[in-house]
Amino acid sequence: MSGYARRVGIVLWKDLLVERRTKESLNALLFFGLLLLFLFQFSLGPDRAQVESVLPGLLWLGFVLAGLLGLGRSFLAERDNDCWEGLLLTPGDKSAIYLGKLAANLCVMGAVELVILALFGLFFDVDLSRALPGLAVVLPLGTLGLATVGTLFAAVTAQVRARELLFPVLLLPVQVPVLLATVSATQVALAGQPLADARAWLQLLAAADLVYLVIGLLTFEFVLEA
Amino acid sequence: MPHRPLVGALGWLALLALLAGLGMAFGYAPREAVQGNVQRIMYVHVPAVLTAYLAFGLVLVGSIGYLATARMGWDRLAAAAAELGVLFTGITIASGSIWGKPTWGTWWTWDARLTSTAILFLVYVGYLLLRAMVEEPERRGRFAAVVGIVGAANIPIVHFSVKWWRALHQPSTILGPEPSPIAAPIALALLVNWVAFTLLFGYFLTRRVEIARLEDAALQGAVRAR
Repeated sequence: MSGYARRVGIVLWKDLLVERRTKESLNALLFFGLLLLFLFQFSLGPDRAQVESVLPGLLWLGFVLAGLLGLGRSFLAERDNDCWEGLLLTPGDKSAIYLGKLAANLCVMGAVELVILALFGLFFDVDLSRALPGLAVVLPLGTLGLATVGTLFAAVTAQVRARELLFPVLLLPVQVPVLLATVSATQVALAGQPLADARAWLQLLAAADLVYLVIGLLTFEFVLEA
Repeated sequence: MPHRPLVGALGWLALLALLAGLGMAFGYAPREAVQGNVQRIMYVHVPAVLTAYLAFGLVLVGSIGYLATARMGWDRLAAAAAELGVLFTGITIASGSIWGKPTWGTWWTWDARLTSTAILFLVYVGYLLLRAMVEEPERRGRFAAVVGIVGAANIPIVHFSVKWWRALHQPSTILGPEPSPIAAPIALALLVNWVAFTLLFGYFLTRRVEIARLEDAALQGAVRAR
């Protein structure tokens, strides 16, 4: 295994270990996701037909809001414990740290999303079995789009005043294409249609993911050297 | 200032061109047959949006230049261009809204171009907010450059996603096709106004960059004096 991949793995392992021991993000995020589903239902009223048409949007709003909270914390451990220098002193290409953080974020976000999805199916009485093959494609692509920019901007805002405010203000406008694409593709998936109906959206999503990932890899070292 | 007379001349030239553009928009260009005088807003609207795109292009150039060379000049260019880009995007949206009320019967509609312009506006307002939150110039430059690059790379993605979003949901009903081919006098008046806006932008940009340079110099002087 090359040194680069090993460094990615170390950052990933470190973050997952911290998460496993503190369970800070995961527990709070799961509870937050559950709360969101309740709030959505309350704000939309009991009319089933009304809820039905907005289900894909609600699902992704839940993912995005949970993502905002989860991703925004990506670098807080390093900042609060004065370990930023530790990241800086890591030998070799700094983009390995970005990849490791991204991978850790994908793991946490993926876990949260799966639970929210299950709760979503339960509370909104949606038959997910038909939609699962489609969602298995849309969910990873959408999460990647959210996490690539989210991880990069989390590093940007970690050391900035009014971080909690600035992170969503920076991230949300950039994420509009991801939200549009995932909601449209999820609509197709939930309707039980073949995913080919949303091929254009999935291609756009994949292209966006690639662009974000490349920019993240190229620019991360400039964010890190504080 | 290195070329003070030149910058002054640019300012006067911009003023003259604006007056000429105003004269052509109201005197030379004919009254549009269907929309009437309301159509004359186009002589502000279209040059403003073209100038805004020029500005955001320069933000990208300045951002890459700063990350590549670490010279503050690039950062000042990006910052000045971003401010002007937001200003001209604001003019675009406001003038479009004023035009839309009598023509479409509404101040705002989720048309593809309106939506992508609004998202562009939000992305760069976020960019400016980030700049306001970081004091240290060198770090501010790096953070802003990363956001500037992500924002610029996102423009085509936003463009396509919003276009498809509208196309897939419902065909544009209020938005008629553009009045094309454009009559020659109208096109000429538009051209003059476009040149005028570009000159004005160039003047504002050079002045804003100069102010930022003086600010930085004063700040450094103050630090040294201490």
